[in-house]
Formats: sequence, C-alpha cells, structure tokens
Amino acid sequence: MSNWKQVATLEDIPSLGSRVIKSAQGDIALFRTAENEVFALLDKCPHKGGHLSQGIVFGKKVACPMHNWHIQLEDGNAVAPDVGCARNFPVKLEGGAVYIELT
Amino acid sequence: MQKMKLVMVGNGMAGVRTLEELIKLEPDLYDITVFGSEPYPNYNRIMLSPVLAGEQGIQDIILNDLDWYKENNITLHLNKKVVKIDRKNKIVYAEDGTEAEYDRLLLATGSNPFMLPIPGNDLKGVIGYRDIQDTNAMIEAAAKYKHAVVIGGGLLGLEAANGLALRGMDVTVVHIMPWLMERQLDQSSARMLQKSLEDKGLKFLLEKQTQELAGDADGRVKAIRFKDGTEIPADLLVMAVGIRPNTALAESAGIHCNRGIVVNDTMQTYDPSIYAVGECVSHRGTAYGLVAPLFDMAKVCANHLARMGIARYQGSVTSTKLKVTGIDLFSAGDFSGGDATDEILMHDAAGGVYKKLVLKDDKLVGAVMYGDTKDGAWYFQLIRDGKNVADIRDHLMFGQSHLGNSGHQGQDLAAAMPDTMEVCGCNGVCKGTIVKSIKEKGLFTLEDVRKHTKASASCGSCTGLVEQILASTLGGAYAPQATTVKPMCGCTEHTHEEVRRTIRMEKLLSIPQAMKFLNWSTPNGCASCRPALNYYLLCAWPHEVQDDPQSRFINERAHGNIQKDGTFSVVPRMHGGITTPDQLRRIADVADKYKVPTVKVTGGQRIDLFGIKKEDLPSVWADLGMSSGYAYGKALRTVKTCVGSEWCRFGVQDSTQMGIDLEYALDHMWTPHKFKLAVSGCPRNCAEAAIKDVGIIGVESGWEIYVAGNGGIKTEVAQFLVKVKTKQEVMEYTLAFTQLYREEARYLDRTVHYVERVGIDYVKQQVVEDADNRKALYERLLYALKDAKNPWAKDSVNTREFEAITL
Ligand code: SRM
Ligand SMILES: Cc1cc2nc3c(=O)[nH]c(=O)nc-3n(C[C@H](O)[C@H](O)[C@H](O)COP(=O)(O)OP(=O)(O)OC[C@H]3O[C@@H](n4cnc5c(N)ncnc54)[C@H](O)[C@@H]3O)c2cc1C
Ligand code: SF4
Ligand code: FES
Repeated sequence: MSNWKQVATLEDIPSLGSRVIKSAQGDIALFRTAENEVFALLDKCPHKGGHLSQGIVFGKKVACPMHNWHIQLEDGNAVAPDVGCARNFPVKLEGGAVYIELT
Repeated sequence: MQKMKLVMVGNGMAGVRTLEELIKLEPDLYDITVFGSEPYPNYNRIMLSPVLAGEQGIQDIILNDLDWYKENNITLHLNKKVVKIDRKNKIVYAEDGTEAEYDRLLLATGSNPFMLPIPGNDLKGVIGYRDIQDTNAMIEAAAKYKHAVVIGGGLLGLEAANGLALRGMDVTVVHIMPWLMERQLDQSSARMLQKSLEDKGLKFLLEKQTQELAGDADGRVKAIRFKDGTEIPADLLVMAVGIRPNTALAESAGIHCNRGIVVNDTMQTYDPSIYAVGECVSHRGTAYGLVAPLFDMAKVCANHLARMGIARYQGSVTSTKLKVTGIDLFSAGDFSGGDATDEILMHDAAGGVYKKLVLKDDKLVGAVMYGDTKDGAWYFQLIRDGKNVADIRDHLMFGQSHLGNSGHQGQDLAAAMPDTMEVCGCNGVCKGTIVKSIKEKGLFTLEDVRKHTKASASCGSCTGLVEQILASTLGGAYAPQATTVKPMCGCTEHTHEEVRRTIRMEKLLSIPQAMKFLNWSTPNGCASCRPALNYYLLCAWPHEVQDDPQSRFINERAHGNIQKDGTFSVVPRMHGGITTPDQLRRIADVADKYKVPTVKVTGGQRIDLFGIKKEDLPSVWADLGMSSGYAYGKALRTVKTCVGSEWCRFGVQDSTQMGIDLEYALDHMWTPHKFKLAVSGCPRNCAEAAIKDVGIIGVESGWEIYVAGNGGIKTEVAQFLVKVKTKQEVMEYTLAFTQLYREEARYLDRTVHYVERVGIDYVKQQVVEDADNRKALYERLLYALKDAKNPWAKDSVNTREFEAITL
C-alpha cells in the first residue's frame, strides 16, 4: 500500500537548504538542491547523530554541522572514507508539491 | 560520440596518479589502456623498504587493486612490456604482440637501477633495488645466506642495508664518497647518522672503489674486491648507486631524450600526442627521483589530458627523510653553502642533535637536521614559499614555537612518541593508527590523513605532529604544498588571493557569478568554499552584494551556537562587559520563561543561555531586547575590558569606556575568522590584552596597541604595533588594522595566521607609516559598517525555516 503524503511545496524549502518534518518516526530533513531536486533523510547523522537539516547543502550532498561528515542526499550514505548511512525516504515532486512516502 | 583513446605505458606511481587525477576531472573522455611490465597492479614502491624490514607485507602496499581498474573501465595488460611505438600510425606494441591504438600516449616508464659496469655484475645474487621482485629476492637471500654487501650509501642503499640487517644478515655498506648521503647531508650530520647505524649493527667501508665481483662454481657471487686489493665476502650484493631514467622505449621511437624524456611545462614531449610523467622525465634539465614532484607532474598532465589546458609544472623543491625506524633525519633544498649564502648552525654532539640552516638574501634555501626534525615541515614550507625571514631570523633556529600548543601533553617530537600515545586529543587518534593508515592506505598528504584517521581534522593543534609522522613514514614523498599556490579547496585551482583579487577586479557580485567566472569545477561549491566566497564578496562590495544565508554555517544562519543536541546557545552583547540591573532582569526572565537549563558567565564577560530550541530563537531575541553578541560567528566577538581609571587605584586610562566605544564601532562586523579585542587600563593588563586580535594597553602617556595575539589552540603573544596618544587615534589605528585583516586574510585565518604570513613590518608599513592608507582603510571599514543591523531585530533574519513542519 502506498503511503504518499504531501508535506510541503517546493517554495517552502530554500534552494540549497532544508526544512525539518516532525514525524512519528522522528525528525526528517527535507532538502532542496540548486536543480530543485528534493530529498528526505532521517535528521540524524550516522556519525554522532548531528542534525543534518542544519548543514550546508552542495551538489547532492550535505555537510553535517557537527563534525563535517559529508552525506549523500540520494541514499543517505556517508562519503568515503567515512562509513555510515542515514535512513532515506522516497520523495516526489508533483507540480510544485512535495510528497514523501512514509511506511 | 566515440571516445578518444589514451594508452599508458608503465603502471607505476606517477602514471596511475595521473589517471586518478584525470578521472576526477573527466571520467568519460577516454577509453584507457594500461601496459605494465610488472605482474602487479600499481603499488606503493616507497613502502618496499618497510616490506624488506619486515614491518609490512606486499599485500599491504597495493595502492590500486584490480577492481579499481575494472571500476574505471581501464583495460589493463599486466606483465606486458611495450617494445615499440609506431608514431605514424599511433600504435604501441608489447613484447608478446599485443597492440593498442592511441590518440594520446602517456609514458610513465620510471627508471632503472644503475648497475656498475664491473666484472661479475651479472652473477647470481647481484641485484638492484627497485621492485617487488628485487625485494623478494633479498628476503629469500636473507633466509639462506649470511653476508650482504650494499654498494651505495644513499637513501636507497641505507634502507636496503637496514632491512637486510633486520632480517639477520651481516651487512656492509660500501660507499665511494667520504661520507654517507653526500647529496643530502653535510659531513657532520652524516657522521652522526653513520654512528647510529653502526649502533644498529651495520658496517661501513667509505672511500672504497670496487674492482670486481667474484663468483663461486654455481655462478653465484661470493666476494667483492676493491681497487686497493682488499676483499670481503658477499653472498648477496645490492647495487644502489643511482637510477637512470628509463628512456629506452621513447628513444627507440625517436622521441627527444636527454637524460630523461624531455618535456615542457605541460608534460608534453616533442611529439604533441605523447605526454610523459614520473622518473623517466627530464623537465628543465632535472630528473626527479622522489614521488612528491611526480605527483605534481601528474596533476598538471591530467589537467592537459582533460583538455582544461591551464596548469603548468614549474619544477619542485624536494626534501628527504630516511625511512629507518628510530633515526630522525631530514634535509631539504640546497644546503651546500657557497658564496652569498649564510649558515646558521647548531651542533650538540652529546645530545645527538645537529641543525644547519642556509640562508640567501634573507630567504631560507636549505635545511639539514639530525636528531630533532620536528620543524622540518615548517622549514620546508618556508623554503618552498620563498618567504622573507628577516623578521624571524634571530629565532629561526629554534623552530616554530610549539610552546602553548595544547591537547597532547605538550609532546612535540613525533619520533619520541610510542605508538600507543595519543596524537590528536580531539578525536582520540594514536600515533600507531596514523602510521598504519599511511602505510596501508597509501596516504601521502595531510588532507589524506585527516580524511582517513580524523587526526588533525578538528582543532588542528596536532598538525605539526601529524606532519612529522607523515614525513618519517613517507620519506621524501611528503611535501607540504607551498601555501602560495595552494588552491582554496577541491572545487577550484585558484588560491584564496587569486579569488579575492578577481572578485575585486571583475566586480563579481554573487557566488554563482564568481564560480562561473573562475571556472569552478563543481556546480555549487562545497561547505568549505561557499562560506569563504560569501565573505569575500561581502567584504569586497559592501552594500552591493546580497548575503547568502545558505552559504553560511548554521550558527550564522540561526544567530546562535548549535549544541550537541541540536539546540542553540544565545549570548547577548554586553558592550565592554558592562551590564545593568534591567538587562540582568530581562535575561533572568527569559531564562525562566524558556526554562533555560544552563546560564553561564562566559570567558568573554557576558552571559550565555544554553539549550534554546531553534523555533524559540526569534521570541527569545525579542524578549531579551538586546543586541546579538555574535558568539557564534566569524565576526566581532567580545571586547574585554578591565576596571580602568574610573575605579581602579592603578588605572591610568579609562579602559572600560574605550572598550565600549570600540565594541559599538565594530558591532555587526563580519571577519575572516572570529575577532576579539581587549583593553586594559594599565600595564598590569587585567583584560589579558596580550592574547587578543587587537589588544590595547593604557599607559600614563597614552595607549599601546598590540595585534595578532591568540589565546586559543596555540597561545601566541600579540605583537607591538604602535603607541598613540588619544582615544580617536586608538579608534583609527584599530579599525585600520581590522580592515587590513578583513581585506587580505584568507577565510578562517585568525589575525595571528595572517600576520605570520605577511609579517608585522608589512602591517606597520600599511597602518602606521602610511597615514593616507590608514585613513583610507579606516574609512572603508566605516563605510562597510554603515547602517549595519542587529540580526536579532525583528525581520532581520528570515525565520520561516526555523519552524518545523508537523505531520
Ligand atoms: C562560551 C565560551 C566558553 C565559556 O563558557 O566561557 C566558548 C565556547 C566555545 N568556543 Fe571558545 N568560547 C569562549 C571563549 C573563548 C576564549 C576566551 C576569550 O574569548 O576570552 C578563547 C581563547 C581566546 C581566543 O580566541 O584567542 C576561545 C577559543 C576558542 C577556539 C580556538 C580559537 C583559536 O583561534 O585558536 C575555538 C575553535 C575555533 O574557533 O575554531 C573555540 C570554539 C568555541 C565553540 C564555539 C565551539 C563550537 O564551535 O561549537 C564553543 C561553543 C560552545 C557551545 O556549545 O556553545 N573557542 N574561546 C566562551 C564565549 C566567549 C564569549 O562571550 O563570546
Ligand atoms: C625501495 C625504494 C624506496 C623508495 N623510497 C622513497 C621515499 O621514501 N620517498 C620518495 O619520495 N620516493 C621513494 N622512492 C622512489 C619512488 O618510489 C619513485 O620516485 C616512484 O615510484 C617513481 O614513480 P614512476 O611512476 O615514475 O616509476 P615507477 O613507480 O617505477 O613505475 C614505472 C613502471 O613502469 C614499468 N615499465 C617500464 N617500462 C615499461 C614498458 N616498456 N612497458 C610496460 N611497463 C613498463 C615498470 O615496470 C614500472 O612498474 C623509493 C624507491 C624505492 C625503489
Ligand atoms: S567550550 Fe571550548 S574548550 Fe570547552 S569543550 Fe567547547 S570548544 Fe572545547
Ligand atoms: S555528528 Fe555528523 S559529523 Fe559528527
């Protein structure tokens, strides 16, 4: 069963920035790249739990504000040589509306 | 579109590094084919010494395994030696007939050990020291035989001898010159080295010329005979008397060679489709035999193969360090002395320390160190930067003061540290871990070590130690990059200075515009260049450039300091450390209303409220009704003051009011890094002005101004700038210096780093001697700060993204 939920519009998220979604599964960080792609990750850095939503977004990555690990937005994986993964959530963009699939 | 074909001959360190750099720039431009005459993928040749010494195995030193070639779609021909280049039809042929067409050919054939042309040099057991095969031959011989002789007392010979001795052989080093490593060491340091090696059991025969090698009935070497008629037994003979660039293939194809394949500054040979890198090359008449220069070449060559066409190789200064465990030896540059050079010498024979510095025209040109090499990296940097050292000449010999470096028990000698000792106090990394990573992961730079081990990646106070560990593990392969040519970050080739200059000259007004004009290699930079660019733009074009919050660290976006748990701390300004009952009451009310868990008096004379939720920040600011203290920013932090003449029985100047005035004048100012001031009312200096970016000390007849102090990671005492009479002068000089720093420092350099780079004399000349310039700097800062707003005021910050979205 699909469980898509509209959470925001594209305009709600600053370009190269993010918003936080409070959900039953914990805080989710919703990112927007310069190309207007949208990604969602659990707002918890695989290193020591830093809030990824507060990081600097560049390309398709975010730099964690705590100790500067770089996390890939597409899959939540840390950029090598660091290892770890932040859970990612499927997101889609339809006519300016942002949907996220929660399971 | 059909891809171009790139063929590389020689699967060694320089060639493969070129491919790595190329793939970073243009992963899809070429179909790449590689020929290597060895049966192994690219390995870390310099680590053959630890392998021989039994400290590591062959499998540990592979740099690029077979999967790497596969992942990058590289066709790899191992064990195939290329014997012919058909330049007309652009085809290369290997010994076994394999052929490959090319559009671009890269020659990286390295060099061969030079074998002395003496009778017996073809006997069994006579080898050079170059590759895995030689190393294995030595390891096998060590298990079977007793007597080893190494001809050649250079780096390679000594490392071979040390390894063989560790494997239980009786080793004699034969050297034709009067002292060891004559190209890197002077006689005194060489004697000390020889003594320590003798203590390890090695024997030396100096000024000995070899006549011939004698063999036994099986055709294996059994003795070495000298011109003076003496002889000693030898079951294994290693020749380490030098290397010869491997140019045979290039020469057979008619490519111009002259003690190396001759290349220009773009690493191109006389045939425009053929490039060459590594030890096989002769560049401006020099052939290099260490990896650091080869890596520089690789970078330039890749830039041209990727058709970017902007890089130039201009030669390298090299340094060497012997990789024999327990021996601390470093040399760099030209130290042979001669006319027009001065020497500074220190020789403590009993303590086992020797240091020689060679200066020319007030610049350091060479350094030799034995026994204490902790400042090697620093000297090498000074040599490469060509920095004028007149200012620091009197204490140059004592090295870069490591006094006051905190976080590793005051240790500053890596060689003396046991493997289990912590080097990086921030990330808990021990020496052994760093050494192991360098050897096994093939790390070559400080950046590599930071990435892989996190050592030196946080506060940086252990950087000097990590550099020493790199240098002693890598030998001459470690070369700190000259800071004058160091790119801002991985997104660009340009230095901080180039970027700043271009922003001003071309009047660039936004980050995308700057990135486009300067050919940034990434679409929107990274977390390191964007904040720097944002600052450079704002500083160059105040009131014209729009701040980009998304290029600021979260603290400067939220105007609070992010904590471990994601909450923020809030520090309002208390100008000059002066507060009122009314302010204190408001702070207390806010603390109650928002249930602030901790209220702390900071080291900067104001009050910190911890644990505030991001969404509460705007209302906290409103309730406080005070100005932001920028405790989070690369900005004016505090102006610390003491009581001063108003109350203190010793006070000679009103330091409190001076501090308040300065803090108001500089409020809302962004700087390359945090910026702190202090004003004391007399030389007792209760405001600790001597460790601030600008420290002002009241004296009977006026004020003394000091700059570039630092009380943080590494304590540095501020330097005297000028003495003035009036408060207005204090204001003018202080603001002028501040603006100079704002305009010229690299992002994230504190004043201490900036002044160390340009020299205090330069600062004096700009701010003290040149009155017009001082006024202009002062005016520019006033203009930049005109109408600056408190970010905590209503509507100053877009706080919409502070609000969470709730499902
Ligand atoms: C709050 C305070 C400690 C305290 O409780 O007293 C403090 C707290 C922090 N300091 Fe500090 N420093 C504080 C005074 C100092 C001082 C003393 C001073 O200013 O008189 C120093 C040494 C003086 C100097 O800077 O030269 C100091 C040298 C540092 C350094 C090392 C800077 C350097 O160049 O060596 C860092 C790290 C950095 O900036 O990269 C740092 C970084 C930090 C950070 C911001 C770490 C961070 O990035 O999160 C700390 C924030 C803690 C938090 O969770 O909020 N703090 N820090 C002080 C705030 C003063 C203020 O009112 O603004
Ligand atoms: C024991 C040892 C210790 C060292 N220690 C240090 C040190 O501490 N610091 C330092 O900076 N440097 C050190 N060096 C030097 C360093 O290893 C070399 O400078 C570096 O490896 C040279 O790189 P290259 O790519 O030019 O040549 P190589 O790494 O030698 O690669 C050339 C490759 O090309 C192959 N080849 C040659 N001709 C052909 C052909 N016709 N067809 C196919 N393949 C061919 C060769 O087999 C070889 O594999 C050391 C060297 C040795 C041997
Ligand atoms: S406040 Fe400063 S000294 Fe204390 S833990 Fe944080 S950074 Fe370290
Ligand atoms: S918590 Fe993210 S880098 Fe440490």
